[in-house]
Amino acid sequence: MEVLNFTYPARQPVAQRVHVGVVGSGDLEVLLEPSPDQHAHVAVTTSVDGFGAVWKIVLDRFFSRFAGAAAIEINDFGATPGVVMLRLEQAVETLHR
Amino acid sequence: MGTDLSVSGRGLRWFEALTGLEGLLDVAPRTVRVADSRLGEEIARFIAVVPDPGNRFPRARQGELGLEEAWTLARQLRRTVAEDLGARARAVIAIVDVSSQAYGRREELLGIHLACAAAADAYAGARLAGHPLVALLVGKAMSGAFLAHGYQANRILALDSPEVLVHAMSKQAAARVTRRSLEALEQLGERIVPMAYDVRAFARLGLLHRLIEGVNADAPGADDLVRVRAELAAAIEDARAGSRDLSVRLTSAAARETRAASIAVRRRLTEQWDAP
Amino acid sequence: MSAAPPHERFLTRHSFIELPARERARAILDADSFRELLGPFDRLKSPWLPLQGVVAQSDDGVVIARGRIGGRPAVVAAIEGAFQGGSIGEVSGSKVAGALELALRDCERGRPVLPVLLLETGGVRLQEANLGLAAIAEIHAAIVALRRHVPVVGVVAGMVGCFGGMSLAAALCTTLIVTRQARLGMNGPEVIEQEAGIAELDSTDHALIWSLVGGEQRHATGLADALVDDDAEAIAAQVRSAVERVASPRSEQVECFLERLASIDPGNPPEPRALRALWAREDAGGH
Repeated sequence: MEVLNFTYPARQPVAQRVHVGVVGSGDLEVLLEPSPDQHAHVAVTTSVDGFGAVWKIVLDRFFSRFAGAAAIEINDFGATPGVVMLRLEQAVETLHR
Repeated sequence: MGTDLSVSGRGLRWFEALTGLEGLLDVAPRTVRVADSRLGEEIARFIAVVPDPGNRFPRARQGELGLEEAWTLARQLRRTVAEDLGARARAVIAIVDVSSQAYGRREELLGIHLACAAAADAYAGARLAGHPLVALLVGKAMSGAFLAHGYQANRILALDSPEVLVHAMSKQAAARVTRRSLEALEQLGERIVPMAYDVRAFARLGLLHRLIEGVNADAPGADDLVRVRAELAAAIEDARAGSRDLSVRLTSAAARETRAASIAVRRRLTEQWDAP
Repeated sequence: MSAAPPHERFLTRHSFIELPARERARAILDADSFRELLGPFDRLKSPWLPLQGVVAQSDDGVVIARGRIGGRPAVVAAIEGAFQGGSIGEVSGSKVAGALELALRDCERGRPVLPVLLLETGGVRLQEANLGLAAIAEIHAAIVALRRHVPVVGVVAGMVGCFGGMSLAAALCTTLIVTRQARLGMNGPEVIEQEAGIAELDSTDHALIWSLVGGEQRHATGLADALVDDDAEAIAAQVRSAVERVASPRSEQVECFLERLASIDPGNPPEPRALRALWAREDAGGH
C-alpha cells in the first residue's frame, strides 16, 4: 500500500463536494471537495506500489483540463489509468451538474 | 482437509462439575445438556452443547453445533421464558466450548443459518424478558456456533486458559482462505488484536466481563469450582442490576480503547440521526 | 405486476444488482427522501485495514440512509458487496448495529422507524475477525429487539449473496426478499469444500450451489418470503409492501422445524427438489 501526494496550481473555486466510485478490485473511489487554498491537492492511497510516475502522468493530464481548486482523495484498488481517468471525469461531471 | 478436530470434553466436564448433574433435564438430542442447579441462593439453568458419538447427524458427533443442536437450544430457551412468566426470571448459564457450526451440503440445504438464528433469537428473547444470561467460555467459542450459543449473553466470562479461543473462523480455514501460513496468521494476530485467537487478546477488546485466572481448566478442583461459581453468581447479580441490552459491551476501559471506532460511530450516528 | 408487454418491461427494467449500495438505498427509499448518515466525507474508516496494507473505503462499505418508505420514516442499511466482499468489520458492523439501535430507541419513544437491510455480504471480515463477529452479535440483538415494534425487512439480491454471521441476520428478519441470483447460506461454498472436502461440496459447481442455497430454492422452501425479479422498481415495491406486513418470524417456528428435522434421515436426506414439496410454502404457486 502506498500513499502519494500531488499539488497543482488552480484558480477556479469548487462549489460542492462530490463522491464517486467504490474501492473494489480494479476500481477506486474519488472524494472531491473545495480546497482550502488556490491549489488542487490530490492524496492517493493505492494498493499497488511503485506506480508514482504513472499516477503523475494521469493527474497531469487530468489537471490540464480541470482548473478547479479541489482537494481530492483517491482510494484505489488496482485500477488501470483508464479507469482512474474515468472516475475523475465522472466526479467533475457530477460537480458540474 | 479437516478442521482442528481437537474434540474437547471441556464443555461436558464443566457442565457436570458446576451442576453436579443436579436437576438434569431429559433433553434430546444428547448434544444439548440442560440442568437446573443451585448457584448461590438461586436455581440457575445451565446449558452446554457437547459432542455425542452416537448422534444421528455425523457432524454433531465431534461437537459441531448442527441443526438439531441449534433448534433445541431455541426450544429450551423459549421454554425457560414460558415457565418463568409471572415469576422471577431465572438466570441462564451458557457453558461454551463449541468449535464451529456444522459444515455440509445437507446442513446448508436444511437451513443451518436459520437454525442458528433461532438459537440466537431465543437467547436474546430470554435476555429481553429479564433472564440474566451469562456465558462461560471454557474452550472454543467460534463463529456461528458462538453467535448461536453464548454471544447474546448479558455478561461473558472466560477461563484464562490457552485452549480458550474466540474467532470467526478456524485457523486452518482462515489460513487457506487468506492464503497465508499458520505462522503468518498468528503473527498478524500479535500485531492486530481483533485477529488474534487467544482469550487474553479477546479480553483486550472489552467484551469480557471477567477473565478468570488461576483455574485448572481441564480438571477443575474443588477450590476452582468454588471460585468460578462465585464469579458466575456475581455476574448474574451484575446483570440483574444492568440493562437488558448489550450496551455494556462498549463501556469498559478496554472497549474505550480497542473499540473506540465502534463508540465513535454510534455517537456520530446519534448526532446525525435527526435532520438538522 | 405490470400490464405492459414483455419486451417493454424488459426495456424499462433497471437492474438492482448492478447498482452500488448507495444507489440501492436510494432506490428503496421514497423519491427525494434519501439522506445519508456517516457518508464518505465523514471518513469513518476502518482503523485496522491500513495496518495490514489494505486500502480502506471512506464509508467502510456500508451506507446508512434515512428517508421514507411509503411515506413512513425509515432507515436503510445497504452493504457494498464490491468492497472486501461486503464483509463486516468494526466500523461497517457498528454502522448497521448503531442504526438499528437508534431505530429501536425511536420506536420505544413512540416514533416508529422502519428498518430495511440490504444484505450483500460474505460475513465477518477476517482482517477484523473478532470485532466483526462482535458487531454481528450486536446486529442480531438489535433485530430481535426491533421486531417487537416494527417489521424488519431484509433484501438479498446478489451477486455476493448473504453468508456467514450475516445469514443469521437475514433469517431473523420479519420478511426476507430475494432474487433468483441471490444466495443465502451460513458457510460459503469454498469454506465447506475446505472443511468437509470436495466430495461434500464442489465450490465451482454453480448449478449445485444455487440448487441448495439460491433464492428460488430458499423461497420455494419457505426460507424466504418473496422472490422478485432483478429490477429496482419491483424490489422497491416489494419492500414497500413488506414494511406493512406483520408476521410471526421464521426464527420463532421452533416446534415446526424440530418436527421437520425429526422426519429427515441424515443418511438419506431429501434432494433440493424434494424439499420444496416437504417444506412447501402455504401460498405455493405465487408470491
